[in-house]
This record gives sequence, C-alpha cells and structure tokens, in this order.
Amino acid sequence: MSADAARTVGGSPAAVRTHGLTKRFRTQTAVGGIDLEVPSGAIYGFLGPNGSGKTTTIRMLLGLIGATSGSIELLGEPMPGGASRTLRRVGALVEGPAFHPYLSGRANLVRLDAADPHSDARTAPTRIDAALDRVGLLPAATKRYRAYSLGMRQRLAIANALLVPRDLLVLDEPTNGLDPQGTREVRHLIEELAADGTTVLVSSHLLSEVDQMCTHVGVMFEGRLLMQGLLSELHTEADRTAQTVRVDTDRVDDAAAVLRTLGLTEVRPGEGYVTGLLGDVAVEKVVPELVNDGVPVLGFAVLRPSLEDVFVSLTGEGFDVSG
Amino acid sequence: MSAAEADVVDAGPSTGSGNVGRAPLALPGRFLRSELAIVFGRRRNLVLLGVLAAIPVLLAIAIKLSSGANGSGGDGPGFFEAITSNGLFVAFAALAATLPLFLPLAVAAASGDAIAGEANQGTLRYLLTIPAGRTRLLLTKYVAVVVFGLAATALVALAGVVAGLALFGGGDVILLSGTTTSFADGVGRLALSVLYLAAGFAALGAIGLFVSTLTEQPIAAIVATIGVDVLMFILDAIPQLAWLHPWLLVDRWPAFGDLLRDPISTDAIGLGLLTALAYTVVFLAAAWARFSSKDITS
Repeated sequence: MSADAARTVGGSPAAVRTHGLTKRFRTQTAVGGIDLEVPSGAIYGFLGPNGSGKTTTIRMLLGLIGATSGSIELLGEPMPGGASRTLRRVGALVEGPAFHPYLSGRANLVRLDAADPHSDARTAPTRIDAALDRVGLLPAATKRYRAYSLGMRQRLAIANALLVPRDLLVLDEPTNGLDPQGTREVRHLIEELAADGTTVLVSSHLLSEVDQMCTHVGVMFEGRLLMQGLLSELHTEADRTAQTVRVDTDRVDDAAAVLRTLGLTEVRPGEGYVTGLLGDVAVEKVVPELVNDGVPVLGFAVLRPSLEDVFVSLTGEGFDVSG
Repeated sequence: MSAAEADVVDAGPSTGSGNVGRAPLALPGRFLRSELAIVFGRRRNLVLLGVLAAIPVLLAIAIKLSSGANGSGGDGPGFFEAITSNGLFVAFAALAATLPLFLPLAVAAASGDAIAGEANQGTLRYLLTIPAGRTRLLLTKYVAVVVFGLAATALVALAGVVAGLALFGGGDVILLSGTTTSFADGVGRLALSVLYLAAGFAALGAIGLFVSTLTEQPIAAIVATIGVDVLMFILDAIPQLAWLHPWLLVDRWPAFGDLLRDPISTDAIGLGLLTALAYTVVFLAAAWARFSSKDITS
C-alpha cells in the first residue's frame, strides 16, 4: 500500500513523481504536500470527490500553474523546467474539452497540430484522421465543434491527446458527459493504450470506473493524498478491515448475540437476517459458533466491500463535494 | 481502426517514441499561418475589415456629391481639399479619417483577443500542454496582430485608391508642398504612409497584447486597449499638456502627411517610429513577463 510497492512495477522509474507538492490560492490550500507516484506502465486512477484538488494537481503536473512548493518529475524530467522536452511525450485532457466553436473537429486538430513545433506537417492529415477514427469521430470530422454534443466534444479532446504517440496520458475525467456506451469505449481505449505500454493517469470521481480499469489508485481528499498503491492491495486491505457477513436466520436476536460474542462489530439485526463487520475474526469460525449455540443458519454470505465502502472508511465521509 | 492508425498512433510509447511522427524541424510558418487563419477568419474581424473598406468609398461619394456645390471647406491635414484634383488623395484622407478610432479598433480587436480569447475559450490550456511554448505562442500571436493591423491599414488605402480613381480619376499628383510628381510616386508615398501607420498600430498591438495577458475576458481587453488609444488622443489635444505630448504614442501618427511633401520631412516621422519602437519593446516585455509566469486556471 505504499510507494515501495508501486515502484517495483516493471522495474522502471516512475512516470510521475511529486514530492511535497503544494498549491495555495491566497489563503486556501488546494493541494497540501502530496507525494504522487505513478509507476511506468500503470493505469493510475486518481480518485477524489469534486474539489479535492485533482485538477489543480494535474495542472501543476502539466506546467499550467506553478507549485507553491514541492517538486515534480514528469517522465524523468523536472517540471516545469523540462516542459518543452517532456510535454510532447504527454497527451493531456484537462478539465473538459475546449476548442474553437466555429471550426470543425478536424480543423481544430489541424490547428493544435500546427501549434506543436515538432510535429511533422506531412504526416498531419494521416495522424489527425487516425486519431479521429480512434475515438469514433471520423464521421463527424467536418462538423463544426459548436454543433458537437458533450460526448463528441469529450471524444475530440481525447483525439487531441492521441495526435502523436505518447508515453504518458493525463486524462482528467475522460468519461464526463459520455453515455454508458461511450464510457465503455473510452475504458477500452485506455486499456488498449496501456497494453501498448503507455502510462495512463486518469482522474475520476466515479469509483466504479476506476475499479474496472485501473492497476493503481491514489485517493485525494481535501487536498491531501490519503493513500496510493496497487488497486489489488487496496481491495485486500479493504477485505481485511471492512468485510461484512450476513446471516439469514429466523432467530435474529440470538444470532446477533453470538456474533457480538465472537467479536464482530457493528452488528445490525434486520428483518430475517443479521449483518456484522468481520474485522479480525476468522470467517470460518462464524457458522460453527452459530450452530453450536443452536441458531438455525438459513443462509450465510460474506460481502466484499466496494471501493466506495473503502473510501468511506478512509475519509469517514461520503463521496460528496468537499469545500 | 484504420491502417494509418496502426502505423502512427499505435507506434507504441517505448523510449524515444516521442519522436515518431515528428519532423526534427517543423515548418516555421505553420503555426503563424494557422494563427492568421483564425484572426482573419473571425467574423468580428471580418466585419471590422468590411467597415474599414467602406469608409473610403463613403468618403469619396460624399465629397463627389458635395463638390459640385462647394469645392472647398474641408478640414484635416489638407487632403480633403486635394481630393477633387486627384483620386489618390481619397486614400490619404481615408487614412486620416480612420486613424484615431477605426483602425485602432481593428488592432485592439485582434490584440485584445489574442491571449484573453484563448483563455476565455479554454483553448489556451491545450495550446500550452502541446506544448506550443509560452514565448513562441506570445510572439506568434503578436506577429499575427501586426499583420492584421498592416492588412487593415492597407485595405483602407486600397479601397481609397479604387474609389478615388473611379470618382475623381488619377494622373500626376500635386503634393502638399506644391510640387508635382508622377502618379506612381504618389502611390509609393501612399505605401510608405501605410507602413508608417502600421508601425504605430504595431505598438498599439503590443499594448493590447499586454492587456490581453491580464484578463480572461477578451471584450474587456479590447475595450481597455481602445480606451488607451482614445485617452492618448484626448491628452494629445489638450494644449496645457504639451510637455506630455512627445511621450504619447499617437502624437506623431498624423505626421504621415509629411510624406506628401517634397522633400519628405523626416523629423516627425523618425520620432514617431522611435516612439512606436519604444512602446513596442516595453509592452512586449511586460506581456512576456506576465504571461511566462502566469497561472493558467481557465
């Protein structure tokens, strides 16, 4: 669950590493001294509620805003000092799509490609159409951006990030505004890119999304990085601390008493069942103990916690906007 | 999934792949051409150019209609009276008429929008993450503003020549100093006037660009820039502030009339160019200082 575990992946240096990264806006601390570590080749889910400092962190990583203190290393180069060398290896989607409304999707990409001092004008048409094709936007390429739906705009922003091959993709809420089908497509796209070896840092406030595609996860809350590491470790940790058992029985009160004696916490009797937090109690002990005490066990289930439960246990709060 | 994609996008991110699909040296003008296409393609700017082209035509028609009744009585640096004798003077008169407000308005529209417009739209953050480079972006934007100012000035002159020739005819030009010169020489002097004025507008563009780095509201930047222009003209018209006049950017703009004398009087024009250069250097430096360290939060 630590940076050590993360660093071992692939044995290569981290794609993103920050040390004590802090950003204060006047009196408000948006990001308070975080040590981010995104291993090369990872799909890193950057989680946190709206307003937790994810976008501010991403803007600092990309050199759009300066850090108040702390250091950033992006693909082995310090930022923002190495921006001209590093950023062309980084594809970015920051805080939603933004394009010229009166230009078509393709014309917008032509403009962005022209702004790149190192892009090859001769390959531009091929690369632009390939990127549009990849996000499924080729049929709408000549339509004005103004006429695009939110999902199409989002796709165009992703296409921009794919104009040239990248070593790192920084995608801030890439599935915002997409329908379920679009969300699935973007998820597949990210997995494909990662399979080719691209490191992906994807921020999201949707826990389920991160749970489905990420290898690593970092959880932001109120400007602090609460935890980061392998997603599987997070689940293991969660299982250990937050696993719930559910006993179906017709003698609810007796069952609840047995569970409490065993050491389960938060035992809650329901209508024909009892639930309790397992904690350190060995799961195999539960049913024999119930049977010994003569409680009929009509059903028994171990409920693995969702990422959301883990988050609540980490923050003590729900996944709401933090001020 | 196209074949092209397999070649280009899927080239893989192994070490050094950042150079795949990229030329070692990009065509230097590609970004500038793209920027010019944006500036000249913007509807607001096209409307402004249309208005600017219409002014000399209106001017020529108005003088043609009134000249029958009363040939003299014009004001300005003396161009208006000369118009009826040679159509070329329509261009000079139109430049004098659009000099205080309309041409600066075009320059302000392009320069005030330069950075603030992209910031307001959110496209600035994508240009910078490409990375287009902050200094390179600022210079490209500035060159586009200068080109737009030059094009607007040249358009006024061109429309003036066309309207003037149509209504008053051409022929030899009688200069303000009384000497006569060929029509071609007159056109040459007009071209010099356009260049001289464009230099002044380039300085105004530097002011606009600086203001544009201060805000995310393009309209605010445009209004502020035009405000600076108008304020300088007002200050320049107050005799009690004579000590201040040499320091004002606009003070020697009307001196382009000196190009219509023989020999050409270069004193005021030289000082005008020097003032424009000083303003350009100061405000470009200020814009760079501001923009290179600015937090892009839009």
